[in-house]
Amino acid sequence: MFILVSVFLLAITACPLLAEEAKSGYEFIKSATRAMQDDDFENPGMLYVEQGLELFNEKQDGASKACSDCHGADARKMEPKGIARYPVYDDNKVGIVTLQKRISLCRNNIGSKPLPTNHPDLIALETFVRHRAHGEAVNVQVDGPVAGLLRKGEEIYQTRYGLIDMSCSHCHSLYTGQMIRGQKISQGQGNGFPAYRLDIGEMTNLHQRIQQCLTSMRAEPFDADSEEIKLLGLYLMSRSNGLKIETPAVRY
Amino acid sequence: MFIRTSQFILLLVALAPIIAMAEDTATLPENYCSWEVKDYAIEDPLCGLDGDALRGKQVVSDSHLGNCLACHQLPIPGIEAYGTIGPPLQGLASRLTEAQIRVRIVDTRNINPMSIMPGFYRDPRLINRPGKPYRGKTFLTAQQVEDVIAYLVTLK
Repeated sequence: MFILVSVFLLAITACPLLAEEAKSGYEFIKSATRAMQDDDFENPGMLYVEQGLELFNEKQDGASKACSDCHGADARKMEPKGIARYPVYDDNKVGIVTLQKRISLCRNNIGSKPLPTNHPDLIALETFVRHRAHGEAVNVQVDGPVAGLLRKGEEIYQTRYGLIDMSCSHCHSLYTGQMIRGQKISQGQGNGFPAYRLDIGEMTNLHQRIQQCLTSMRAEPFDADSEEIKLLGLYLMSRSNGLKIETPAVRY
Repeated sequence: MFIRTSQFILLLVALAPIIAMAEDTATLPENYCSWEVKDYAIEDPLCGLDGDALRGKQVVSDSHLGNCLACHQLPIPGIEAYGTIGPPLQGLASRLTEAQIRVRIVDTRNINPMSIMPGFYRDPRLINRPGKPYRGKTFLTAQQVEDVIAYLVTLK
């Protein structure tokens, strides 16, 4: 009897902690926001895609060539499946490499003037390149050397931060689907990013979204180039494995 | 000279925990009143203050103050965007005593360590990575907490 009761108690207490089926943020936004995302003329994120395309096809400040000289006009030679693997792990160079970091390193290699992380030009390029993989399933590596990094990322996901003193998991794992002041709480998936945020009217990549979330928790946000933000970003994107890339998504 | 420097470094290393502790203590606001949980309740009003229900209702609804409506439903007309994270607070005072309400506002983790609800008068030294403007501060002042409680006890 005691064993039965313990097994039952264990089962009900463990339930909320079991991984739910991954659902895109698209499932949690209002129907008007979905309609905006689905219509290329209404979706404000498409302006950033176009801006990124222009930057991609032209020689940038100091560069010996344009991105398109290697990757084809309009990035035609880029493999959507390759783009869907980001962020990747590069064990002999920079560790976790986000898509923006890869673009930035590539720009530097052809002599373009280096830009700081999340410079508007880099956001536009990141949005354009990610959009090339629109509809492709997110496919982040989870084994090998990445497994340990994901455990560290999950630890950050489970840690409380700021005066509001919540962890990511409080909202995005335990209270998914509940309303917070009239907005539905999503699972915090990464497949839509960079996404256009209606709340602030800006194109926002996953790392910036993490920073904005921490700021609203009245916490000191992680620095744009910090190890913490890379680990958490990697973990979040790994949770999105299998979800279709929606960049540029429209989100609250 | 070398010995002196290394001795000085050793001294610093030995003192580090004490220096760190001193820093922690410094983050506690001067006017912070301590409180005591007994039988899952806090009997005494914070700093011995009297609450005002009308002001409390303001703190509850203001999204820059208590922002209770972000997560809870409350019988306040004209508010459309409620939250559904916490329980609705209608009839709260017929379910809980004032002292039981107080512990939930001050630091509800004394009831449920996993709770998503912020501690509105939690010891600021326990806050992890607070933003610069919020360092060493409580979410609400002791007066605001007592005002909120004065309002909540009217919800019978």
